[in-house]
Amino acid sequence: MLDRAATDTTAKNEPTRRVHFRGAGFVPASSRYGGWIALGLVIAIWQAAGSAGLVNALFLPTPSAIVRAIYQLAVSGALWQHVSASLLRIGVGWLLGTAAGVAVGFAIGLSRLARSVGITFISALFPIPKIALLPLLILWLGIGEEPKIATIALGVFFSTAISVYSGVDAVPRNLIRMAQSFNVPFATIVRKVIWPGALPAILAGFRITASVALLLVVSAEMIGAQYGIGAFVLQAGNLMQTDQLLAGVVILSVFGLVVGKVIGWLEMRLLHWR
Amino acid sequence: MDLIASHITHRFGDLAVLDDVSFTVGAGEVVAIVGPSGCGKSTLLSILGGLLQPTSGAPELRGAPPADSLNPLTFVFQDFALLPWATVEENVEFPLLHTQLSAAQRRALVEDALCRTGLTDFRQTYPKQLSGGMRQRVGISRALAVRPAILLMDEPLSALDSQTRELLMEDFIRLLADGGMGAVYVTHNLEEAARLADRIVVLSRRPGRIREVVTVPMARAARGEAAAREKLLALQNQIWSLIRNEAIDAEREVQHA
Repeated sequence: MLDRAATDTTAKNEPTRRVHFRGAGFVPASSRYGGWIALGLVIAIWQAAGSAGLVNALFLPTPSAIVRAIYQLAVSGALWQHVSASLLRIGVGWLLGTAAGVAVGFAIGLSRLARSVGITFISALFPIPKIALLPLLILWLGIGEEPKIATIALGVFFSTAISVYSGVDAVPRNLIRMAQSFNVPFATIVRKVIWPGALPAILAGFRITASVALLLVVSAEMIGAQYGIGAFVLQAGNLMQTDQLLAGVVILSVFGLVVGKVIGWLEMRLLHWR
Repeated sequence: MDLIASHITHRFGDLAVLDDVSFTVGAGEVVAIVGPSGCGKSTLLSILGGLLQPTSGAPELRGAPPADSLNPLTFVFQDFALLPWATVEENVEFPLLHTQLSAAQRRALVEDALCRTGLTDFRQTYPKQLSGGMRQRVGISRALAVRPAILLMDEPLSALDSQTRELLMEDFIRLLADGGMGAVYVTHNLEEAARLADRIVVLSRRPGRIREVVTVPMARAARGEAAAREKLLALQNQIWSLIRNEAIDAEREVQHA
């Protein structure tokens, strides 16, 4: 047992000293403009290095050359031709994969039979790089748009199904029991409890599947397409047109940013209660 | 309407939780269930409310529920079980959505329930914006909206601080007096049991068996008075002496588990 009273000889007139603050750090807060300033700085250094001839334009064209290339592509109409082809593939593939993934994910989350069967298949098929299936899909579906869309849909499907059933699993059981205690029918529980409860995980899954779709569309277009950002980037690389190649990369980056913003907006609208 | 626990026995796999528990909750009667940790109080409540299938025995009802009752056996949960994405008003309306009531009838029931729990000004508020006590008021409001015959309350105050607990206890006493409802009140707090219940069912350590049924010998309304405090304290001591040794054993068991 501690008995310090007898040994504590602190005199009341001794000088005081402040307790050292040791609670700082581990609360990273991002500054509002920090990211943009850093990006601007990198672009400025890049431009300066290119303009001064420190970097060979063939290997790394200046940002202004890339902007010029984008402008020329836009004026010639080629930009829209390539972007629209990619957007169509991504849009249709993502929607098909998402619809199937949400349906299967909910089935796995709600039904014992679907869970037993579904998880086995998903575990076996999810790790396969979907782009490796493109030749097989071309064999099955022909050389048109279908195999490319199917590749994207497959990639999106697995990630969506996994995020949906994980989201359903994460819905607090006490809310489901509460609804059952009021005799709320199964369909209403799914609509009013499970769907909104799983929505954060589903939207987080959408962020991932948007990236997956972008990755797969570029890969698929590099393998077998005349138009599309992937085909354009590959063609520019083959012709050593690095300004055009990087223009394609910038367009892809902007596309990723826009999708991220759209999902962020959806999260703000649908998950405002968090 | 009476609620009858008829020879209820329950096991979770090899673990025997309840053993042949039988008692009756009469119309308008408040029965508290107390006992050491892990004696199966909450399990018993889940079985009584039809949320858990007992291994043997059954919960039974005798007599018709009140004509206006939309959900005769209604739970009030320890963790409130509120939908975080719904406002106070939407949470209270939630159990009415699947009924045959018109929108106007639903609104009237919600309004009445919010009014009785003092939540009228908080109807558009989300649960995360409320204190624990206010959240439990929403849970109670939701239960009142379906006009229950018997409230099944699973430690409804245990997640709250002592001041909020005291305030909600007063609300419970008023609501039980006003509404003509019965209640099964699971608690580990003997003071709550003595202040609210007409009878106290004392369960033994796991597997929970009925050790004793103690009748509280005074009207609920009179229990807040100073003269009654001493009697209630004596009653609490009597119940505590019944479960003290088992509570110590149960606590050690939990710590070593």
